[in-house]
Amino acid sequence: MLNLIFLFPGLTLLLLCFFKRQEVVRWISLLGSILQLLFVLSLLSFYLQDVKLINASTTLYESSLPWFKTLNLNYHTGVDGIGLAMILLTAIISFTGVLASWNISLKPREFYFNLFLLSTGAYGFFIAQDLFTLFFFLEIAIIPKFLLISIWGSGKHIASANKLVLMLMAGSAMILVSMLGIYYNGSHCFDISVIAKNGLPVKVQQILFPLLFTGFGIFTAMFPFHTWVPDGHSSAPTAASMFLSGISMKMGAYGCLRVAMALMPQAAINQAWIFLTLALIGVLYAAFATVRQTDLKYINAYSSISHTSLVLIGILAMNATALNGAVMQMFSHGIMTALFFALIGMIYGRTHTRIVSEMSGLQKVLPFIGTAFIIAGLCSLGLPGLSGFPSEAKIFFGSYAADGHFIHLITIFSILSIVITAVYILRMSGSVIFGPLSNEFSPLKDGSWYEKYLIVILVGTIIFVGIYPTWISDLIQYGVNNIMLQIKDHSVAVVPHGILNI
Amino acid sequence: MNISDILILRQEFFLFGILILLLLYKLVASNSSINRGIIFGINILMAINIIMGFLNTSYGNLFGGMFQSNATIVLEKNLLAIGTLIICMQASDWTNTFKNNVEYYFILIATLLGMDIMISSGHFTIFYIGFELASLPLAALVSFNKAEKSSAEAGIKMILMSGFSSCILLFGISLLYGLSGTLLFDKMVAIHFDGSLSVLAFLFIFAGFGFKLSIVPFHLWTADVYEGAPINVTSFLSVISKSATVFIFLTILYKVFGSFNTTWIYALSLTTVFSITIGNLFALRQTNLKRFLAFSSIAQAGFILLGMISGSNLAMGSVLYFIFIYIFSNLAAFGVLGILHHQNGKDSILDLSGLYKRNPFLGIVMVLAMLSLAGVPPTAGFFGKFFLLNSAMSKGYYLITAIAVLNMIISLYYYLRIVRIIFTDATEEQSLITAGSWLGKLSLVFCIIGIIAIGFIGDLFEYFNYLSFGI
Repeated sequence: MLNLIFLFPGLTLLLLCFFKRQEVVRWISLLGSILQLLFVLSLLSFYLQDVKLINASTTLYESSLPWFKTLNLNYHTGVDGIGLAMILLTAIISFTGVLASWNISLKPREFYFNLFLLSTGAYGFFIAQDLFTLFFFLEIAIIPKFLLISIWGSGKHIASANKLVLMLMAGSAMILVSMLGIYYNGSHCFDISVIAKNGLPVKVQQILFPLLFTGFGIFTAMFPFHTWVPDGHSSAPTAASMFLSGISMKMGAYGCLRVAMALMPQAAINQAWIFLTLALIGVLYAAFATVRQTDLKYINAYSSISHTSLVLIGILAMNATALNGAVMQMFSHGIMTALFFALIGMIYGRTHTRIVSEMSGLQKVLPFIGTAFIIAGLCSLGLPGLSGFPSEAKIFFGSYAADGHFIHLITIFSILSIVITAVYILRMSGSVIFGPLSNEFSPLKDGSWYEKYLIVILVGTIIFVGIYPTWISDLIQYGVNNIMLQIKDHSVAVVPHGILNI
Repeated sequence: MNISDILILRQEFFLFGILILLLLYKLVASNSSINRGIIFGINILMAINIIMGFLNTSYGNLFGGMFQSNATIVLEKNLLAIGTLIICMQASDWTNTFKNNVEYYFILIATLLGMDIMISSGHFTIFYIGFELASLPLAALVSFNKAEKSSAEAGIKMILMSGFSSCILLFGISLLYGLSGTLLFDKMVAIHFDGSLSVLAFLFIFAGFGFKLSIVPFHLWTADVYEGAPINVTSFLSVISKSATVFIFLTILYKVFGSFNTTWIYALSLTTVFSITIGNLFALRQTNLKRFLAFSSIAQAGFILLGMISGSNLAMGSVLYFIFIYIFSNLAAFGVLGILHHQNGKDSILDLSGLYKRNPFLGIVMVLAMLSLAGVPPTAGFFGKFFLLNSAMSKGYYLITAIAVLNMIISLYYYLRIVRIIFTDATEEQSLITAGSWLGKLSLVFCIIGIIAIGFIGDLFEYFNYLSFGI
C-alpha cells in the first residue's frame, strides 16, 4: 500500500511527457500534486489509526521485494512517524512549489518534470528501510537540482549548479563508501533494522560514523560544508529554492538521524562533541553572516544554515525530547523557509530587485504578501503561537536535559542565535515591509489567486503547528521511540568522552 | 566432425556464412549503384545470429580443448553480437552514402568472427589467431574514410600500435610457454607461477592487452585514433573491441594466472588508479566529442579493471554486468553523435548546444547516455558502477575504491556539462536535426530501453553472476 505513494507522481511524470503547452502542463502538475497531498493526508490518518491499534512504535506498512538476491539487496519500504512527517512536508512543498512556479514560461514541461522527479526521489528516500533503496532515491534527487538551477537559474547559476552538484555528490560518495563498509563489516545486508539489531563492531563505527555523518551533513549544510547553500539558493528559481531548503536539506538531517545515529550509536556517543561543535559554529556563524547580507535570498539561505544546524544539535543530543524537537524543527523550518522563498520570489517578480536597501514600504501596496512576510519572519525568530517556537524550545529543553556539561554549554551558546535571528529578521522586515513607499513601487499589485492559495496553505500550516503542536509531536514521537530504543540498547549516558568533561 | 560439433561452432559458422554471402554478393552486384537492400539484409542476419545464440544450448570442447564453449562464453558472444547489431543499425545511414558500403559490414563481421574465436579459445595459439583476426581488420576499418587525411593517419597509428601490442603479447606467451611447457589454458591452471620470469611473462601479456583495452599507460593511441576514425568505427573500437578483450583477459587472468593473483594485484591496482584518474583529468579539458568519449572510455576501462581486482565470482559477474550496460550507454552516445556528424559534419561539444530543442528525442537519448556513463540513478550505469565498487570492497580494497569514488565525482562534472549544454539554447539560430532512418532510431530505442530497464531487472545480475567464475 505504501508504494502507492509513487502512483500520482509517476502518473504526473508520464502525463507530462505528452503535453507541452504551459496552460496544460501546469494544470496537470497542480492536479497531480493536489492528489498526492490528499493521498499523503489519508496515509497519515490511516497511520494514526493503525498505530493506536497496535499500540507500539514500529515501522508500519512494510513491504520488501528482492532486487539483487545474491547480494541480499532488497527494495524494502516502510514508514514511521518521522518518515511520515517528512513525507507530509514533501507533499505540501511540492504542491506549493507548483503554485509558486505558475508563470514559468521557459520550458514549463521540463521544469515541472524536474520538480516531480525531485519530489519522487524525496518520497522514496523517506520511506526507504534499506540502505541501498535509500541511497538510490537520494541520488535520484540530485540531478534535477542541477538541471533546475543551471537551466532556469539566474545570476552565476552555472557555477552555483556545479558547486552544488559536486558537493552533494561528494557527500553521497562518502555515504556510498561507508554504506559498503557497513555491508562488509556487519551482517552482509543493507536492511536498516537488521543492521541496527545485529550492531556493528565499535572499531568499524569509529571509522564509518564520521564519514557517514559528514556525508549526510553536506546535504544538511553542516558548517565547513555549507558553502553550496547560499550560492545554490540565490541562483535557483523560486520553486527550486523551496525544494532545496525545504526538502533537500531535510533529507540530509533525516539521514544523519536514521542512518548515522541509529546504526552507529556507540561512535555517535564518542564523537558527538566534534559534530556538536561544528553544528554550534554553524548556528552562530551563519546567524552572524546573515546580519551582514543585503540580498533577500542570501539572508534566507544563511538563516536556513543556522536553523538546520540547530536540527543537528537536537539530533546529536540523543535525548527523546531534543530528537522530537529536531524533527519538528525540520518540519517547521521546511514550511517556513519555503514560504520565505516563495514570498521573496513574489517580491522579486514585482520589484525586480532582491536588495533590502532598495525596497521599502511594500506593506502599503502588497498587504497580503507583506503580512505573510512578517508572519514567516516571526516564525523564524521563534514567536510563540507559530511553529518555530515549540520546535526550537523542544530542542533547547531536550539538549539541556541531556547529561554532560559540554552539551549544556553548546545549548547555552546556541540559544544566543535567537537574539541574532531577531536582529536580522526585524531589520529586514522593517526595511522591506514598513517605512515610506517609494514612487517606483506604488503601481505594484498584490498577490494573484495562486499566490494567495500558496500563502494561505503555508501560513495556515505554520499557525496550526504553532497553536496545536501536540498532533505533530505525537506523530513524531512514534518514530522517536523507535529510534531511541535502538540507541538506548547500546548507550548508557550521553557524555562526551575526553573533552570538557567538567 | 559431426553435427554436435557444428552446433558448438554455430556462431562462428554463421558469421562465416554471412562473410561468404557478402563476397558472393560483391561478385554479382553491379558496381555502379548503392544497394540499400543488402544493408537491411545484413541487419536481419545479425539479429538471427543473436536469436540463434540464445536458443541453442550445446556446449563442449573441440580440438582437444583448444576451442571451448560453455554458457559463459556463449553469453559473452551474445553480448558482442547485440552490440554489433546496434552498430550495424546505426551505421546504415552513413554507409548508404558510398558505393563500397558492403565492405564496411564485411570487415566488421570478420572482426566479430575473430573476437568469437578469441573468446572461445582454450589454447594460446587459437587465442592468438583470434586476436589477430580481431585486430588487423580494425586498422582497415579505421582508415575506411579514404578521402580523409585524418582517417588514414589514424589507420596508420592503429596498425603500428596493434602490431606492437601483438609482438609484446606474443613474447609474453613465449615466455609463458618456456615456464610451463604447455599452451593449453586448462593445463596451465594447475601450474603455480613464481619468480621473476613469471612476472616478466605476465607483464608482457598484460601490456599486450593493455593496448587493446586502452588503459594507462598504454592509452596514448586512443584519442588520436578515436578522433580520426569514422564514428561508427570508433563506437566499435570503444565498445565491442574493448569488451571482447575484457572477456578473454578475464579468462586468462583468472584461469592461467589464477595462482599468481598476489602479484598481478599490484599491476592491476596501479593501472586502475592511473586509468581512472588520467582518463578523467584529460576528459575534463576536451572540446571534441570523440576525443572526450575516448578519454571517458579510458576511465571506464579503469573501472572495469577495478571490478576485476578482487578475483572472485562476484567480480566477474559485476564486470560482465557492467559491460552489458556499457554497451547500451556508450552506443547510445555514439549513435547520437553519428547522426549529428552525418548531418552537420561537426563533432565538437558545443555543437550539441540546444540539441534538446532541435531534436528532443536525440537530446533525451544523449542525456540518458551521459547520466548512465556517469553512474547516476535511475539509469543502469549506477547499478553497474555500484557493483564494480562493491566487488572491490568485498575483498577490502578501501583505498582504491575511495579513489574511484572520488573520480566518479570528477567525471560527473564533465558528463553534466554536456547535459547542461544539451538543454541550453544557443544564441545563434541553429537548424533542426532529423533523427535519421528508422533503423538508427530503432537502435537508439533499444539503447534507451537498456539504459532504463537493466537496473530494475535484478535477475539479470543473478544470471551473470551465476555464469561467472572466480580464481
